[in-house]
Amino acid sequence: MKTLKYLITGTVFGIIMFKSEAASWFRIFEMFQFDSFHMYGIIGSALATGVIGIQLVKGLKLRSFSGEEIIIPPKAKGWKNYLFGGIVFGLGWGLAGACPGPIFTLVGAGFLPIILVLVFAVLGTFVYGILKPKLPH
Amino acid sequence: MQPWPWYVSGPLIALVMFFLIFSGRNFGMSGNLRVLCAAIGGDKACDFFRFDWKAQRWNLVFALGTILGGFVAAEFLSTDIAVSITEETIEKLNQYGFTDGGAAYLPEQLFSIESLGEPYTVLLLAIGGFLVGFGSRYAGGCTSGHAISGLSDLQMPSLIAVIGFFTGGLFMVHVLFPILF
Repeated sequence: MKTLKYLITGTVFGIIMFKSEAASWFRIFEMFQFDSFHMYGIIGSALATGVIGIQLVKGLKLRSFSGEEIIIPPKAKGWKNYLFGGIVFGLGWGLAGACPGPIFTLVGAGFLPIILVLVFAVLGTFVYGILKPKLPH
Repeated sequence: MQPWPWYVSGPLIALVMFFLIFSGRNFGMSGNLRVLCAAIGGDKACDFFRFDWKAQRWNLVFALGTILGGFVAAEFLSTDIAVSITEETIEKLNQYGFTDGGAAYLPEQLFSIESLGEPYTVLLLAIGGFLVGFGSRYAGGCTSGHAISGLSDLQMPSLIAVIGFFTGGLFMVHVLFPILF
């Protein structure tokens, strides 16, 4: 039952990614050209909803479905890994035109070459794990 | 069925995030790449993959759902999947040799089955994927974890990461595309 809950939420998320065209390589290119408001509208309205919702969760001390306290863990301090890692990620986002959510979405939508992107994304994560002690954080 | 407008899609993405938060989880797609590394035996290679990945199985199920969602949306909820990007973008794409801007969901040049027969295209897709995987883990998250979840909680590290995302993306598209295509 619990598993089904995440399967359904994931399915809804995949449908949103596809139908919003956030999973389209063309939309990502267009976004980085500043030619359309579409992607900024998606991210902006998600954020506006998110910021208001998180404030409500914290302000009203809302509890989870199972009645527990909701804790949103703060990210570790620092800036190097966020900036350097972010730039590396952005280079890949611009080239492959897909971030991890859309990568999974496009596998399901039947674009087979995206599987290659997924395999190499796993490999990239693996290589990061190996090199982590040597990288600035 | 028509594509969904941004003002429907964006708030829905936030609702997915809240559903996970209220379930005692967090919204982060790239975390799955680390879970996959651990699940295929990465724990033997280094410490970074030595964690209780089975506690993250819910996220793998979520990713499986995302794949299923892509299938459902493409097969049953779409008649014409061509993405209506702007004329300016279509013209810029033509200059790089992408001739199906405005007529497809993904460029044929990169994502058709035939493209897998082109070593240069395979190389580009491989590099793109590698950078996404390496960068998202180095930054501690991707668009879902930082741009949506982290920024919604007004966290400074996420703002730095998102500035990095756009710096890298803009550099790729404006500086490297003229060289690559």
